[in-house]
Amino acid sequence: MEAQKYVWDGAIPLQIHLHESQVTTLPPPPPALILAPRIGYLPLLASLLKPYFSSTLPPGVDTIWFDYNGLPLKWYIPTGVLFDLLCAEPERPWNLTVHFRGYPGTVLIPCEGEDSVKWSYINSLKEAAYIMNGNCKNVMNMSQSDQLELWHSVMNGNLETYQRVSSKLKLATVEDEHTSLCSSKSQQGFGETDLAGQVKTGRVPVRLYVWSVSEDFDDLEDMPKVDSWEKISYINRPVEIHKEDKCFTLHDALKILVPEFFSNDLMNVKSAGVDFEDALRIPSEDVSSDKVVEDHVQNAYEHREACSISSSAEIKLIRIQGIEPKLEIPFSWVVNNLMNPDYFLHICVCVKVPQQNST
Amino acid sequence: MMDLLHWDGTLSAKDFRIGAVAFAQKWESLNFAFPPWVWVPCPKHPWLASPELLQEEGYLSMEKICISRLNEEDIDQTTQIDTDEEEASCSGNKDVIDDATLVQRNHHELHYYDFHIVYSNTFRVPVLYLRAYCSDGQPLQLDEIEKELPTCSSKELSKSKWTFITQEEHPHLKRPWYKLHPCGTGEWMKLLFLNDTAQPKFEVVLELYLLSWFSVVGQVVGLRIPFKMLNDR
Repeated sequence: MEAQKYVWDGAIPLQIHLHESQVTTLPPPPPALILAPRIGYLPLLASLLKPYFSSTLPPGVDTIWFDYNGLPLKWYIPTGVLFDLLCAEPERPWNLTVHFRGYPGTVLIPCEGEDSVKWSYINSLKEAAYIMNGNCKNVMNMSQSDQLELWHSVMNGNLETYQRVSSKLKLATVEDEHTSLCSSKSQQGFGETDLAGQVKTGRVPVRLYVWSVSEDFDDLEDMPKVDSWEKISYINRPVEIHKEDKCFTLHDALKILVPEFFSNDLMNVKSAGVDFEDALRIPSEDVSSDKVVEDHVQNAYEHREACSISSSAEIKLIRIQGIEPKLEIPFSWVVNNLMNPDYFLHICVCVKVPQQNST
Repeated sequence: MMDLLHWDGTLSAKDFRIGAVAFAQKWESLNFAFPPWVWVPCPKHPWLASPELLQEEGYLSMEKICISRLNEEDIDQTTQIDTDEEEASCSGNKDVIDDATLVQRNHHELHYYDFHIVYSNTFRVPVLYLRAYCSDGQPLQLDEIEKELPTCSSKELSKSKWTFITQEEHPHLKRPWYKLHPCGTGEWMKLLFLNDTAQPKFEVVLELYLLSWFSVVGQVVGLRIPFKMLNDR
């Protein structure tokens, strides 16, 4: 579980500028430099930013929010996911603008400080529990003190406490396919118990963010900036792991979520100019699966017909926790190591779509 | 097709669509005071070239519902305002909303509600989303909505602030809407149908699913389904 430790220790260097409309002193305050945890949420930085900028703020009531190049940032998306999604070419430090006035309430859900963030986290955890266990009773019945301890462990990045408290939730786990032989042909549902008494699940909570780019570009550096959330499709759908003779890979999972990108098989990705070979930075024990990914593209999908697929949509980038993982990695490894503390696997995908002729 | 004894009270996305259309038709056929439920196809993803997929995903929408919980005195005053308005206006415009925009803002003002029934892929059940606004389009905050909810709902809301109705992103419109938390829905839906001594087939259950669901959920926000709708199969 070393990778999980990396994820928990992961942080984004931020350079935070106060929005000019809220600067009332000369010279304007220098930007704040903060190392923000990947698994954290932006409003939680208020306790650092408010004292830093307070002397220059105009009088009034503070409601903190952030933007990146004018795009208001959704506070309920973990900071690391925002970075992976909006900075295809990682910008370090990441230049954000903080606002204490003029909350864009039509775009962003109101945030009443830490309580809002905590409950957004708990509700997300509840959702994940429902997917994995078929109910969310354990999360709902969590004692007040456990709930707080769990939340504080997430806020403070304390993995040990998190593991101890979250184990009380008895959430079903995804079996590591790269350590066990995939012999059973059956599809795993929830509630199956192995010899050790650990409940296994085949349903994985996934939040997928797809950024569609219509402009042409060769280099990630030349990519346009996201100027509107309209360009990002959000798919919140569990992935059912199908047990077959071979391992269920990240590729298989993405093919279930967005079959449209795999209509022309994996060549789409290979021709995309992204080098997936060196992309994996976190070492994993045994992911050198020798199976040919292309050989099971003929899977029948639930309801989407191949004929309705845009032939030239092309995946440019897949990023999870700052990593560009190989598609042939067992999905179970990805889930168990790279999920967020809300038990969701957040996957960021950038896709090049053809220019729209019609509306 | 499906064995109801082992059914967990949830729906697939496809079942939801079938059930939603059945519900909307039944709603309209009874033609009572409310406007119709309309099936809204989701905006397609930019990478999808063809429009065939449009029917797949969507949600039900019923908008501009005027819920007034005013007492007698308030109603008199409101009527008075409306009458004044009619006299003052010579445009002859029959659009209720447009007329109302001219009304002075005060605490007797009418509030409008939009309701959407959206399918949750996580909980595999319908979820009610709503928003409320004044006649000038100004959105209502939750504490203002709370005042208009039936007593049992506003009690529940103050008891469980973060787990009953919260503001969340509308899954398709990507804007903040109020959402009624769905986590127990599957279970009570199952109970509703298990108690049915007629032991209906799943197709029948599907026809009635949203109606039964809304007969419960609608009450939370003060919308009651007329009994004749429930009795008439």
